Amino acid sequence: MAGTLAEKVWGEHVVRHVDGEPDLLYIDLHLLHEVTSPQAFEGLRIAGRPVRRPDLTLATEDHNVPTTPGPITDPVSKIQVETLRDNCAEFGVRLYPMGDAEQGIVHVVGPQLGLTQPGMTVVCGDSHTSTHGAFGALAFGIGTSEVEHVLATQTLSLNPFRTMAINVTGELQPGVTAKDVILAVIAKIGTGGGQGYVLEYRGEAIEALSMEARMTVCNMSIEAGARAGMIAPDDTTFDYLKGRDHAPAGADWDAAVEHWRTLRSDDDAVFDAEVDIDASTLTPFVTWGTNPAQGSPLGDAVPDPEAMADENERANAAKALEYMGLTAGTPLREVAVDTVFVGSCTNGRIEDLRAVAEVIKGRQVADSVRMLVVPGSARVRLQAEAEGLDQVFTAAGAEWRLPGCSMCLGMNPDTLAPGERSASTSNRNFEGRQGKGGRTHLVSPLVAAATAVRGTLSSPADLELMEGA
Amino acid sequence: MENFTTHTGIGVPLRRSNVDTDQIIPAVYLKRVSRTGFEDGLFAAWRNDETFVLNQPAYRDGSVLVVGPDFGTGSSREHAVWALKDYGFRVVISSRFADIFRGNSGKQGLLAAQVSQDDVELLWKYLDNTPGGEITVDLTAKTVTAGDIVCAFVVDDYTRWRLLEGLDDIGLTMRHEQDVTDFESTRPSWKPVTHSA
Repeated sequence: MAGTLAEKVWGEHVVRHVDGEPDLLYIDLHLLHEVTSPQAFEGLRIAGRPVRRPDLTLATEDHNVPTTPGPITDPVSKIQVETLRDNCAEFGVRLYPMGDAEQGIVHVVGPQLGLTQPGMTVVCGDSHTSTHGAFGALAFGIGTSEVEHVLATQTLSLNPFRTMAINVTGELQPGVTAKDVILAVIAKIGTGGGQGYVLEYRGEAIEALSMEARMTVCNMSIEAGARAGMIAPDDTTFDYLKGRDHAPAGADWDAAVEHWRTLRSDDDAVFDAEVDIDASTLTPFVTWGTNPAQGSPLGDAVPDPEAMADENERANAAKALEYMGLTAGTPLREVAVDTVFVGSCTNGRIEDLRAVAEVIKGRQVADSVRMLVVPGSARVRLQAEAEGLDQVFTAAGAEWRLPGCSMCLGMNPDTLAPGERSASTSNRNFEGRQGKGGRTHLVSPLVAAATAVRGTLSSPADLELMEGA
Repeated sequence: MENFTTHTGIGVPLRRSNVDTDQIIPAVYLKRVSRTGFEDGLFAAWRNDETFVLNQPAYRDGSVLVVGPDFGTGSSREHAVWALKDYGFRVVISSRFADIFRGNSGKQGLLAAQVSQDDVELLWKYLDNTPGGEITVDLTAKTVTAGDIVCAFVVDDYTRWRLLEGLDDIGLTMRHEQDVTDFESTRPSWKPVTHSA
């Protein structure tokens, strides 16, 4: 029977199937961080259960870690990180702590180590686990009770997800990135549009993306409400994986690739839903509201809630504009920001930093703007420094930081002050996400860089116009 | 887990949609390593506003939240469920729940009861007209009753069974441990490990 990519990967992991009950699904890789794991380990301890497969489990410290040198000063954050260290030691789980050469945001670390591979099931107590779907893995976020369940049994009890094809046809124009694609997808289907679905991103615009850009797309699947996002593995995937620390080698590599090539939706597979996007019509996209679906092309103005047909949408938009301190009709390009944040599991990889450096090089961050550049992992940081990108950032007046989740959610000291406005390469513009009262505009790395220079939401093309004048 | 059959309590109308888990409990409250005591973080940003529904005496002791569509979107934090439960909520009624939130609720004995948006509007109207009015949620019959309003709600059969019986998920899976061991023996040798066991 014809199947989709998601159905094939699911099928390969069913431990037990009984009609009328959820499937018991085997988990190939379980990633942990300090925020959503302590209560799960506590549950194991109370029940006297061991971690079934420590060798399929990996922990990193990311959400709480400071991005300036020195120890954690917040006593509550410190306890949480120390609790992870104690739990990993007690249960035999490998941990990459602060300062380790392999430390970083959990969704940056897995792929760069080659641990994330096509056809795997990957879970983490973190909704951005969908990132790993870029490799053709079925990867999704889980709650702490499920973290405990996976630690104890290496399985999850789940009902199969429905499948939705996101067909991105045509070719992206220069200056339009993976971030713009996914923001446009979310704006089109809404924050609830993907509920219950695994999204499979397909089409020539997706095939043309690098692995890191594919991770950016899959990362934000959850912002459309989807459980997971996937892209069929191809030569781009295999080239990225080959030679990485945990990738198969020798005869194992050949056997793995032979299998991985079967991991694509059959031509006659039927998706439960399909959405079409023409990549050639996309332009840089930014959010103006307080959920990731409230976005518009950068060339547009702040929308007028009164013009919205749906009553719910209208009320939401009006609330959002009030929180964001925006007036309908203001051109988005005139919205001035205080802070630019480059980083996160969405856009904190080396290609993102290169893109930012390319725009920033030889220019200056506007006097009114503070710019933070936070690499996604220690490896990304070292690579950027080897390429001299850190010099480009600091020469322009930006701050070059240590790796972690940082201002994406402000669990560490990197936060917005009340009323402050950011252009952020992260994934969520919820009220208070980057700090109580903070106002977030989600943008691509290119838009972040140009905005830092011009001081208002901008694309690199705006800089050329500004400088040409 | 405590079992759930029927619950009657004060209904709380929260006239918002897209209430993400960052609104249910902001990240700053997620630093704790305990499993209880999250009630102070519930809707933290909104509770500073004295007009917020939970600050009104009639609704303060509510245990049945009635909220707009797309409740619990965003972050996977189970702390959102803990905060609702620690505050005293036993049921959330909405026309659409985010998947991870719905799953987390089921694990913790918080009933996520899905009704149509028309029924949400009816319940809101009832609670506005009857501040402090009670709602009865019957998991056996899958009905919500408030005054003259009786409506059916949707919950998946497996979650319903587990809630009615108060069953622990890990214990259920452990019954099939041999299946897991058998499956493990069939995994390809090239699948990665994080370190040698």
